[in-house]
Amino acid sequence: MRKTIVSAALALASLGAGAMAVSAESVSASEAEQHPPQLHWHFEGPFGTYDRAAAQRGYQVYAEVCSACHSLQLLAYRNLMELDLTENQVKGLIKDIQVPDLGDDGQAIERPARLSDNFRKPFPNPAAAAAANNGKAPPDLSVMIKAREDGPNYVHGLLTGYVPFDKLTPEQIKEFSVTKDDNFNKYFPGHKIGMPPPLADDKVQYADGTKPTLDQEASDVVQFLAWASEPHMEDRKRTGVRVILFLLAMAGLMYAVKRQVWSDKH
Amino acid sequence: MASSHGTPPVFNNKVISWIDHRLPIFSYMEKEYHHFPTPRNFNYFWNFGAIATVMLVLMIATGVVLATNYTPHVTMAFDSVERIMRDVPSGWLIRYLHMTGASFFFIAVYVHIFRGMYYGSYKSPRELLWILGVIIFLLMMATAFMGYVLPWGQMSFWGATVITSLFSAIPVVGDSIVTWLWGGFAVDNPTLNRFYALHYLLPFIIVAVVALHVVALHVHGSNNPLGIDPKGPQDTVPFHPYYTMKDGFGVTVFLIVYAGFAFFAPNYLGDAANYIPANPLVTPTHIVPEWYFLPFYAILRAIPNKLGGVIAMFGAIAVLFVLPWLDTSRVRSASFRPIYKWFMFILVADVIVLGVCGANPPEGWYVPIAQVATLYYFFHFLILLPVLGKIERPLPLPPSIADAVLKKKAG
Repeated sequence: MRKTIVSAALALASLGAGAMAVSAESVSASEAEQHPPQLHWHFEGPFGTYDRAAAQRGYQVYAEVCSACHSLQLLAYRNLMELDLTENQVKGLIKDIQVPDLGDDGQAIERPARLSDNFRKPFPNPAAAAAANNGKAPPDLSVMIKAREDGPNYVHGLLTGYVPFDKLTPEQIKEFSVTKDDNFNKYFPGHKIGMPPPLADDKVQYADGTKPTLDQEASDVVQFLAWASEPHMEDRKRTGVRVILFLLAMAGLMYAVKRQVWSDKH
Repeated sequence: MASSHGTPPVFNNKVISWIDHRLPIFSYMEKEYHHFPTPRNFNYFWNFGAIATVMLVLMIATGVVLATNYTPHVTMAFDSVERIMRDVPSGWLIRYLHMTGASFFFIAVYVHIFRGMYYGSYKSPRELLWILGVIIFLLMMATAFMGYVLPWGQMSFWGATVITSLFSAIPVVGDSIVTWLWGGFAVDNPTLNRFYALHYLLPFIIVAVVALHVVALHVHGSNNPLGIDPKGPQDTVPFHPYYTMKDGFGVTVFLIVYAGFAFFAPNYLGDAANYIPANPLVTPTHIVPEWYFLPFYAILRAIPNKLGGVIAMFGAIAVLFVLPWLDTSRVRSASFRPIYKWFMFILVADVIVLGVCGANPPEGWYVPIAQVATLYYFFHFLILLPVLGKIERPLPLPPSIADAVLKKKAG
């Protein structure tokens, strides 16, 4: 039996390797897009957690910059308390935010946001969002980190990957037919992206004294959006460790019982 | 054990006796899951039937809970899944167990199918058992496909569009069939509603076919790695405790791997694009089905003609129904078929190559590779198996299971 398994594995490995080699080759041949830099993220790995300070700064970047165009409609303001903020701190953060509602007379009104409200959308509807943004509505960011391959690195790469028109090579300008009014991004598929560079050095002022470089802002907002995409990740990993420890113990026990049961047959 | 088969068991508990006299469920369990004589020489491949059963139960249990929180409407489905992930207590757990569970159900069933093919479990007198298994596999594919549509992400929508559109390849009535399937002139709310209804219904039909599968299994008992029939009590052990314990161990080990994915990489096996809400106006660059459909997807695209591709794809599964009659060898186990054994591994490799082709866009080298692999797939079943059974010279079979087991221990 062991021989069978080994030969099966070998046969699989050799043919699989052949197919992989072919796939790698054709990818490198047709690959015009660059892969974003692979950064180390606090939330990676089986024990990774969200860096609360970075995520709080990331919220600030979202609130002061991104939220002008991008909604985050699956989140409610109360969720911010999961980032180690107290109720009063969150109330302070949202005190100037007005959300649409209906008044007692059924007329549309704006009222101060409450903790139970979902994040305010920058545009009343997708058509308005598209109309204000050259015909294409900016995507909602609630699950953005999960909605792209290699999400954290991709979003970080996108936010830091703009190349000004005068830094482009003539080949790039020709190949992607870039004009002065286009935004060229190294990591965006097709490179021409509707969104102008949203972040820059000193775009925000951090209260905790962190230097607001472009890279820092991008990392912070990715940390925030990663949490927004997967708010129960820490709970999931904690539960997973317990479940797997339990199953390992259970497997050990099962194996011991199985051996005991079979001892008279071997 | 075999000797106790004819006599009804005596139960000490009066309530159990009373019930059993009127509804013999306890006698049935005694007979079929306790004393049931089972070949003593199973290897761990024989765990995967039990594993698949556990996954089926787990999928139904998590699915019913998800259904209590899900909204099958095009404007709310995506958000309702996210609501489960965010606001329903432990909703993320149930949803990830269900989502990852689909993949692991298929892993279990693919290993189970491989085992059946490698050890010739489909051969007489187990042809109907095998055919029932293929029906379960087909029902699983339909269920998984419709389940994937429910979160109403980009891949849900476009996968549904591509796969249902296949029926338009049928001459004359194709377009009418597609309109009928959709419940309209595009994949829309009626499509989502009926897929949800069927996704809830089909698993219970699977349970019914699994019951038939088990009934058929218990007529002649399980096959075994040697592929020879047990000749007496020395060749078998009672199902309980020998195989209940071995299955228990195998199931637990499988669950460890499953939990590893469900808790630490729940989205690894899925497509990121399905976290983008469905948009009928934007087609994703590459529409790919879930990994467990990729070999069949590659076969579909390998044929340059739409109707031909559809026929080839369904043919790839249809050929499994007649496998017991395509394989002309009378020896079951590949252990005693020196040539067939290698062709079995090549077939597995071929299916993996097809999977890789299915995952990649149909351009460059993938096109000819997928075509050759498709050709080989049908060559294996339609030409190789009938011919090989005639020309291959099998190794001598051991006189009995006990003989082989004891000789192995001694040697």
